[in-house]
Amino acid sequence: MLHQVLFIIFGLICVAGAVNLLIQRHPINSALSLVVVMGALSLIYLLLGAEFVAAVQIIVYAGAVMVLFVFVIMLLNAGAEERSRGSHVALWLGGPGVAVLTGLIVYLMVEHSSKFHDVTIGNLADFGDNTHAVANLLFKDFLLPFEITSILILIAIMGAVVLARREG
Amino acid sequence: MVPLSWYLILSAILFCLGVSAFLLKRNIITIFMAIELMLNGVNLSFVAFANHWHQLSGQVFVFFVMVVAAAEAAVGLAIIIAVFRTRETLNVDQVNLLKL
Repeated sequence: MLHQVLFIIFGLICVAGAVNLLIQRHPINSALSLVVVMGALSLIYLLLGAEFVAAVQIIVYAGAVMVLFVFVIMLLNAGAEERSRGSHVALWLGGPGVAVLTGLIVYLMVEHSSKFHDVTIGNLADFGDNTHAVANLLFKDFLLPFEITSILILIAIMGAVVLARREG
Repeated sequence: MVPLSWYLILSAILFCLGVSAFLLKRNIITIFMAIELMLNGVNLSFVAFANHWHQLSGQVFVFFVMVVAAAEAAVGLAIIIAVFRTRETLNVDQVNLLKL
Protein backbone atom coordinates (compact mmCIF):
# COMPACT_ATOMS: atom_id res chain seq x y z
CA MET A 1 0.00 0.00 0.00
CA LEU A 2 2.75 2.43 1.00
CA HIS A 3 4.72 1.35 -2.06
CA GLN A 4 1.77 2.11 -4.34
CA VAL A 5 1.20 5.53 -2.80
CA LEU A 6 4.89 6.44 -3.10
CA PHE A 7 5.03 5.19 -6.70
CA ILE A 8 1.96 7.20 -7.69
CA ILE A 9 3.27 10.38 -6.04
CA PHE A 10 6.73 10.18 -7.63
CA GLY A 11 5.33 8.99 -10.97
CA LEU A 12 2.95 11.94 -11.10
CA ILE A 13 5.79 14.35 -10.26
CA CYS A 14 7.82 12.77 -13.09
CA VAL A 15 5.05 13.07 -15.67
CA ALA A 16 4.17 16.61 -14.55
CA GLY A 17 7.80 17.67 -14.92
CA ALA A 18 8.05 16.11 -18.38
CA VAL A 19 4.80 17.79 -19.52
CA ASN A 20 6.09 21.10 -18.12
CA LEU A 21 9.30 20.64 -20.16
CA LEU A 22 7.11 20.29 -23.23
CA ILE A 23 4.88 23.33 -22.65
CA GLN A 24 7.38 25.88 -21.30
CA ARG A 25 8.76 28.23 -23.93
CA HIS A 26 11.91 29.41 -22.13
CA PRO A 27 14.79 26.88 -22.07
CA ILE A 28 15.71 27.65 -18.45
CA ASN A 29 12.20 26.62 -17.31
CA SER A 30 12.49 23.42 -19.34
CA ALA A 31 15.91 22.70 -17.77
CA LEU A 32 14.59 23.16 -14.22
CA SER A 33 11.58 20.90 -14.89
CA LEU A 34 14.00 18.28 -16.23
CA VAL A 35 15.86 18.49 -12.89
CA VAL A 36 12.53 17.76 -11.14
CA VAL A 37 11.97 14.72 -13.41
CA MET A 38 15.44 13.40 -12.63
CA GLY A 39 15.06 13.86 -8.86
CA ALA A 40 11.71 12.05 -8.84
CA LEU A 41 13.19 9.27 -11.00
CA SER A 42 16.00 8.74 -8.50
CA LEU A 43 13.37 8.24 -5.77
CA ILE A 44 11.65 5.67 -8.03
CA TYR A 45 15.02 3.90 -8.40
CA LEU A 46 15.15 3.73 -4.60
CA LEU A 47 11.71 2.07 -4.64
CA LEU A 48 13.15 -0.52 -7.05
CA GLY A 49 16.05 -1.24 -4.68
CA ALA A 50 18.72 0.37 -6.87
CA GLU A 51 20.47 2.61 -4.33
CA PHE A 52 23.68 3.03 -6.34
CA VAL A 53 21.81 4.04 -9.49
CA ALA A 54 19.69 6.50 -7.48
CA ALA A 55 22.79 8.19 -6.04
CA VAL A 56 24.51 8.33 -9.45
CA GLN A 57 21.32 9.72 -10.99
CA ILE A 58 21.40 12.66 -8.55
CA ILE A 59 25.15 13.24 -8.79
CA VAL A 60 25.70 12.80 -12.54
CA TYR A 61 22.38 13.74 -14.11
CA ALA A 62 20.75 16.26 -11.79
CA GLY A 63 24.14 17.56 -10.67
CA ALA A 64 26.68 17.55 -13.48
CA VAL A 65 24.74 17.27 -16.75
CA MET A 66 21.97 19.72 -15.85
CA VAL A 67 24.45 22.25 -14.45
CA LEU A 68 26.22 22.05 -17.82
CA PHE A 69 22.90 22.70 -19.58
CA VAL A 70 21.99 25.66 -17.36
CA PHE A 71 25.53 27.01 -17.79
CA VAL A 72 25.24 26.91 -21.59
CA ILE A 73 21.77 28.51 -21.51
CA MET A 74 23.17 31.37 -19.41
CA LEU A 75 26.32 31.64 -21.55
CA LEU A 76 24.40 31.93 -24.83
CA ASN A 77 21.77 34.17 -23.20
CA ALA A 78 19.02 32.04 -24.71
CA GLY A 79 15.66 33.78 -24.82
CA ALA A 80 12.16 32.41 -25.13
CA GLU A 81 11.52 30.20 -28.12
CA GLU A 82 10.19 31.96 -31.21
CA ARG A 83 7.09 30.63 -32.91
CA SER A 84 8.27 29.09 -36.14
CA ARG A 85 6.53 29.77 -39.41
CA GLY A 86 8.12 26.75 -41.05
CA SER A 87 6.41 23.52 -41.91
CA HIS A 88 4.13 21.89 -39.37
CA VAL A 89 4.69 18.35 -40.61
CA ALA A 90 6.25 17.40 -37.26
CA LEU A 91 3.14 18.64 -35.44
CA TRP A 92 0.53 16.99 -37.69
CA LEU A 93 2.32 13.68 -38.23
CA GLY A 94 4.43 13.45 -35.07
CA GLY A 95 1.70 14.27 -32.54
CA PRO A 96 -0.72 11.49 -33.60
CA GLY A 97 2.26 9.15 -34.16
CA VAL A 98 3.52 9.64 -30.62
CA ALA A 99 -0.03 9.27 -29.24
CA VAL A 100 -0.44 5.97 -31.12
CA LEU A 101 2.97 4.76 -29.89
CA THR A 102 2.09 5.56 -26.26
CA GLY A 103 -1.30 3.87 -26.57
CA LEU A 104 0.25 0.79 -28.15
CA ILE A 105 2.91 0.38 -25.45
CA VAL A 106 0.42 0.94 -22.61
CA TYR A 107 -2.03 -1.52 -24.20
CA LEU A 108 0.70 -4.16 -24.55
CA MET A 109 1.83 -3.69 -20.95
CA VAL A 110 -1.71 -3.96 -19.59
CA GLU A 111 -2.46 -6.95 -21.83
CA HIS A 112 0.64 -8.88 -20.72
CA SER A 113 0.79 -7.65 -17.13
CA SER A 114 -0.08 -11.15 -15.85
CA LYS A 115 3.30 -12.39 -17.11
CA PHE A 116 5.19 -10.03 -14.78
CA HIS A 117 5.29 -10.58 -11.07
CA ASP A 118 4.92 -7.74 -8.61
CA VAL A 119 7.78 -5.54 -7.49
CA THR A 120 8.54 -5.28 -3.81
CA ILE A 121 10.74 -2.69 -2.13
CA GLY A 122 14.31 -3.91 -1.67
CA ASN A 123 13.71 -6.96 -3.83
CA LEU A 124 17.41 -7.42 -4.57
CA ALA A 125 18.36 -7.61 -0.90
CA ASP A 126 19.54 -11.20 -1.26
CA PHE A 127 22.56 -9.81 -3.12
CA GLY A 128 23.60 -8.00 0.04
CA ASP A 129 24.59 -4.35 -0.14
CA ASN A 130 23.48 -3.00 -3.52
CA THR A 131 26.54 -0.79 -4.14
CA HIS A 132 28.86 -3.63 -3.17
CA ALA A 133 27.14 -6.03 -5.56
CA VAL A 134 27.13 -3.53 -8.44
CA ALA A 135 30.84 -2.80 -7.88
CA ASN A 136 31.62 -6.53 -7.90
CA LEU A 137 29.83 -6.91 -11.23
CA LEU A 138 31.32 -3.73 -12.70
CA PHE A 139 34.94 -4.51 -11.87
CA LYS A 140 34.80 -8.24 -12.65
CA ASP A 141 32.35 -9.15 -15.41
CA PHE A 142 32.17 -5.70 -17.04
CA LEU A 143 35.80 -4.65 -16.58
CA LEU A 144 36.57 -4.23 -20.30
CA PRO A 145 33.49 -2.09 -21.09
CA PHE A 146 34.26 -0.03 -17.98
CA GLU A 147 37.79 0.70 -19.20
CA ILE A 148 36.49 1.50 -22.69
CA THR A 149 34.10 4.11 -21.21
CA SER A 150 37.09 5.86 -19.64
CA ILE A 151 38.65 6.20 -23.11
CA LEU A 152 35.27 7.42 -24.43
CA ILE A 153 35.14 10.12 -21.76
CA LEU A 154 38.72 11.18 -22.52
CA ILE A 155 37.85 11.56 -26.21
CA ALA A 156 34.64 13.44 -25.31
CA ILE A 157 36.59 15.90 -23.13
CA MET A 158 39.08 16.59 -25.94
CA GLY A 159 36.26 16.92 -28.48
CA ALA A 160 34.37 19.38 -26.27
CA VAL A 161 37.49 21.52 -25.77
CA VAL A 162 38.33 21.53 -29.49
CA LEU A 163 34.74 22.32 -30.56
CA ALA A 164 34.10 25.08 -28.02
CA ARG A 165 37.49 26.79 -28.44
CA ARG A 166 37.39 30.26 -29.91
CA GLU A 167 38.99 30.36 -33.36
CA GLY A 168 42.21 32.27 -33.79
CA MET B 1 3.10 -4.27 -4.09
CA VAL B 2 3.24 -2.49 -7.41
CA PRO B 3 2.94 -4.46 -10.67
CA LEU B 4 6.00 -4.26 -12.90
CA SER B 5 3.82 -3.01 -15.75
CA TRP B 6 3.22 0.27 -13.88
CA TYR B 7 6.93 1.01 -13.98
CA LEU B 8 7.10 0.09 -17.67
CA ILE B 9 4.09 2.30 -18.47
CA LEU B 10 5.71 5.23 -16.63
CA SER B 11 8.88 4.61 -18.61
CA ALA B 12 6.92 4.54 -21.88
CA ILE B 13 5.12 7.78 -21.00
CA LEU B 14 8.41 9.54 -20.21
CA PHE B 15 9.96 8.27 -23.45
CA CYS B 16 7.00 9.38 -25.56
CA LEU B 17 6.92 12.82 -23.91
CA GLY B 18 10.62 13.05 -24.79
CA VAL B 19 9.88 12.12 -28.40
CA SER B 20 7.12 14.72 -28.68
CA ALA B 21 9.32 17.42 -27.11
CA PHE B 22 12.04 16.44 -29.60
CA LEU B 23 9.61 16.84 -32.51
CA LEU B 24 7.78 19.96 -31.36
CA LYS B 25 10.39 22.19 -29.71
CA ARG B 26 12.28 24.66 -31.87
CA ASN B 27 15.11 25.60 -29.47
CA ILE B 28 18.22 23.48 -30.01
CA ILE B 29 19.02 23.29 -26.27
CA THR B 30 15.49 22.14 -25.42
CA ILE B 31 15.70 19.48 -28.15
CA PHE B 32 18.89 18.27 -26.53
CA MET B 33 17.13 18.09 -23.15
CA ALA B 34 14.38 16.01 -24.77
CA ILE B 35 17.04 13.44 -25.71
CA GLU B 36 18.12 13.29 -22.05
CA LEU B 37 14.48 12.73 -21.07
CA MET B 38 14.24 9.78 -23.50
CA LEU B 39 17.44 8.28 -22.04
CA ASN B 40 15.95 8.59 -18.55
CA GLY B 41 12.78 6.81 -19.64
CA VAL B 42 14.82 3.91 -21.02
CA ASN B 43 16.95 3.79 -17.83
CA LEU B 44 13.80 3.34 -15.78
CA SER B 45 12.79 0.27 -17.77
CA PHE B 46 16.34 -1.12 -17.38
CA VAL B 47 16.12 -0.80 -13.58
CA ALA B 48 12.58 -2.21 -13.52
CA PHE B 49 13.64 -5.30 -15.47
CA ALA B 50 16.75 -5.68 -13.30
CA ASN B 51 14.36 -5.90 -10.35
CA HIS B 52 12.05 -8.30 -12.20
CA TRP B 53 14.74 -10.81 -13.26
CA HIS B 54 16.86 -10.35 -10.11
CA GLN B 55 19.85 -9.52 -12.32
CA LEU B 56 22.08 -6.63 -11.33
CA SER B 57 23.51 -6.31 -14.85
CA GLY B 58 20.54 -4.09 -15.68
CA GLN B 59 21.79 -1.56 -13.15
CA VAL B 60 25.31 -1.78 -14.60
CA PHE B 61 23.82 -1.02 -18.01
CA VAL B 62 22.14 2.07 -16.56
CA PHE B 63 25.56 3.14 -15.31
CA PHE B 64 26.99 2.82 -18.82
CA VAL B 65 24.03 4.72 -20.32
CA MET B 66 24.67 7.54 -17.85
CA VAL B 67 28.37 7.66 -18.79
CA VAL B 68 27.54 7.84 -22.49
CA ALA B 69 24.88 10.49 -21.82
CA ALA B 70 27.37 12.63 -19.89
CA ALA B 71 29.93 12.39 -22.72
CA GLU B 72 27.18 13.14 -25.24
CA ALA B 73 26.05 16.20 -23.25
CA ALA B 74 29.59 17.61 -23.13
CA VAL B 75 30.19 17.18 -26.88
CA GLY B 76 26.66 18.23 -27.85
CA LEU B 77 26.76 21.44 -25.84
CA ALA B 78 30.16 22.26 -27.36
CA ILE B 79 28.58 21.78 -30.81
CA ILE B 80 25.68 24.06 -29.77
CA ILE B 81 28.18 26.75 -28.74
CA ALA B 82 29.99 26.38 -32.08
CA VAL B 83 26.68 26.61 -33.99
CA PHE B 84 25.70 29.72 -32.04
CA ARG B 85 29.08 31.33 -32.84
CA THR B 86 28.70 30.85 -36.58
CA ARG B 87 24.91 31.22 -37.07
CA GLU B 88 24.04 33.49 -34.10
CA THR B 89 20.76 31.67 -33.52
CA LEU B 90 19.44 28.79 -31.43
CA ASN B 91 16.36 28.21 -33.59
CA VAL B 92 16.68 24.96 -35.55
CA ASP B 93 14.47 26.31 -38.35
CA GLN B 94 17.20 28.82 -39.19
CA VAL B 95 19.97 26.22 -39.26
CA ASN B 96 19.00 24.89 -42.69
CA LEU B 97 22.02 25.12 -44.99
CA LEU B 98 21.58 21.48 -46.05
CA LYS B 99 17.97 22.09 -47.13
CA LEU B 100 17.17 22.42 -50.81
